[in-house]
Amino acid sequence: MYKYDEIDQRIVDERVAQYRDQTRRYLAGELSEDEFRPLRLQNGLYIQRHAPMLRIAVPYGLLSSKQLRKLGDIASQYDKAYGHFSTRQNMQLNWPLLEDVPDILAELATVQMHAIQTSGNCIRNITTDQFAGVAPDEVVDPRAMAEVIRQWSTFHPEFALLPRKFKIAVSGTQHDRAVVQVHDIGMEFYLDANNQVAIKVWVGGGLGRTPILGSVIREHLEWQHALTYCEAIVRVYNLHGRRDNAYKARIKILVKALGIDEFKRQVEDEWSHLKDAPNTITEAELARVSKHFESMPYETLPQHDASFDAAIASNPAFSTWAKRSLHAHKTSGYRAVTLSLKPHGQAPGDATTEQMHIVADLADQYSFGELRVSHEQNLILADVKLSDLFAVWQKARAHGLASPNIGLLSDIICCPGGDFCSLANAKSIPIAMAIQMQFDNLDYLHDIGEIDLNISGCMNACGHHHVGHIGILGIDKDGSEWYQVSIGGNQGNDASIGSVIGPSFSADEMPHVVQKLIDVYIQERNTEERFIDTVRRLGVAPFKAHVYADKSIAKNEVAA
Amino acid sequence: MSNLIQLTNGKAHISDDAWVLVKLPASQVEARKQAGKVVLFKLTGEKTVTDEQVATTAIPANGKLIVPLSVFIARKAELLSRINKNEVGVWLDTHEVLLSLIENQADLNALPIIVVHVERFADGRIFSIGTLLRTRYGFKNELRAIGDVLRDQLFFLKRSGFTSFAIRADRNAVEAMASLSDFSAPYQGAVDEAQPAFRRYNRIA
Ligand code: SF4
Repeated sequence: MYKYDEIDQRIVDERVAQYRDQTRRYLAGELSEDEFRPLRLQNGLYIQRHAPMLRIAVPYGLLSSKQLRKLGDIASQYDKAYGHFSTRQNMQLNWPLLEDVPDILAELATVQMHAIQTSGNCIRNITTDQFAGVAPDEVVDPRAMAEVIRQWSTFHPEFALLPRKFKIAVSGTQHDRAVVQVHDIGMEFYLDANNQVAIKVWVGGGLGRTPILGSVIREHLEWQHALTYCEAIVRVYNLHGRRDNAYKARIKILVKALGIDEFKRQVEDEWSHLKDAPNTITEAELARVSKHFESMPYETLPQHDASFDAAIASNPAFSTWAKRSLHAHKTSGYRAVTLSLKPHGQAPGDATTEQMHIVADLADQYSFGELRVSHEQNLILADVKLSDLFAVWQKARAHGLASPNIGLLSDIICCPGGDFCSLANAKSIPIAMAIQMQFDNLDYLHDIGEIDLNISGCMNACGHHHVGHIGILGIDKDGSEWYQVSIGGNQGNDASIGSVIGPSFSADEMPHVVQKLIDVYIQERNTEERFIDTVRRLGVAPFKAHVYADKSIAKNEVAA
Repeated sequence: MSNLIQLTNGKAHISDDAWVLVKLPASQVEARKQAGKVVLFKLTGEKTVTDEQVATTAIPANGKLIVPLSVFIARKAELLSRINKNEVGVWLDTHEVLLSLIENQADLNALPIIVVHVERFADGRIFSIGTLLRTRYGFKNELRAIGDVLRDQLFFLKRSGFTSFAIRADRNAVEAMASLSDFSAPYQGAVDEAQPAFRRYNRIA
């Protein structure tokens, strides 16, 4: 993974000093609440319900064991000994003290980490596929470019105060796992007809209040121009994006207001001046950064391993876990392993200090000292030998990290919601837990099969509810908490936005609502059909009918 | 004491202000200034300054003046002799259309100063406006930020091509100067240093 040189380290160290002084001035009353807000936000510090929340950047989801150990230490020293991994591949502390944040940043800087631009109206953490570099369907490893973009976007002076937050995702696989179509800019790397790395650029996608898939602004961009082209896009947005209404301030609203053709015309016009400017990426720079992402020193191994096969055959619990938690690897004899942060009845994405230390140990022992955070809020060991998997499983299981539910109904994506987030309309974690308890039967979960259930506590959509096969959104009705349910959303190459099935539900109805959706699916599915396929084939109607069958409210609506 | 920070050959110092800022008289209609201008004009066709405001703006008879963009455009004939004597600068708001300045003043460098007024410090349009003036339109003279200009934006303003900063009256400009050098080796190329780190240094993997 990328290792800092002097220049990287200096920027992070200077940031610590800068933020320490900003905090000092705020506490001394020299900065008003309003003036301090964007400063602390651009450093990932929210003021939440109970305490501030600090979001620490995990660039494109990649961590070293040393970094994870440090995160665990920080969580125990400055917080309640746990952290929350978010859908943006970052880690959040829920209970730090505002006064302690400069010290936390100084600690982070010792392991080449920071909280720069993890929130606020600026370019946020670049995200990508959690299997980057090891996925068999990868065409271009996007990590070096993600790092180049990270450096370019860090304290970019022109884009320090945008109308709204700005998210960039990159991907280089046949099957998009980085959800590039729901980002402000999505970059899909591919090899063009001349076998050169090129980029298909999407713009204006996003979730939130107005969910929309991005439009293609350029089918073919040579990689050298990635930064200047982004500059052209962000400049048009910075100048013309709305600043009068936070809900209409994302780039997707501007793209829609202008139309993609006019927006593209303006961007291309800007770019005609920026093309080949000094920010054009050089071969040497890409080569330098790519060096950090060279293949691990893999052993030459056969496709199969006798001890692994034997364990699968003789140990049903191991085999069940393996079925859900192992992912194909481009190197023979290796697998990527998802360690679940979704045990039933616990807040999705949370890890204790002890668990972080255990995972760091596992990474050191079995996976070249590196790991990843997935946007599904799990941790991943990307390079484990088949012969080591049983040992990994045993240790993970002993520490609650081996729930065999990856990709299943109880592997819920869930934002912090009303328990922590001051923007929330409703709680989300208790809903996730109640659903996990409703479906607390492994055989049944496996029978239901692959399904994404995503929960957000408000329309900011941090839980990506629009692209869940089942999406749940917390809403506020006259001061009480309600939940709106949608089905048919999907991420990936054939991404889609879910449709709302009807009037919303109270918290205690939710497990049964999900149960009813599943009942319809089980009854109607064809063989091999996943939930999403059944929804696409049949439409929303049969699901809606069953869910609202005994609700007079739905009948009223139909009658009206 | 003056609250104006000026950069001379990259060095910051407090300096007295030789310029008088000419303001528009208050308007009866409250303009919607925060909307992006494309959206604003496209959706509403609204102008943010009325003809009456422009016509009734009082222009002092003597001294070096910084006049509002709308006044500069509409009453240029009146100002011409003073423009020729290098006594006229222009100021614009972040929601105004930079292109209308360019279209009405072919030689920007005939203006000794251009000023951008930022109403709320969080309005980052000022950075793009500065960048465009310097890189696209080749403006070489003093570029000043006025309005809600605070210490923690100075570094970005400097990198976006600004060379003077009128710190908000209730803040200490001397202390603010320190933030001009918050970072010593930024990553990306910008106005003040066009070369990105990867071209400036021999970075080795
Ligand atoms: S979706 Fe809403 S409630 Fe959930 S974390 Fe985001 S802002 Fe908070």
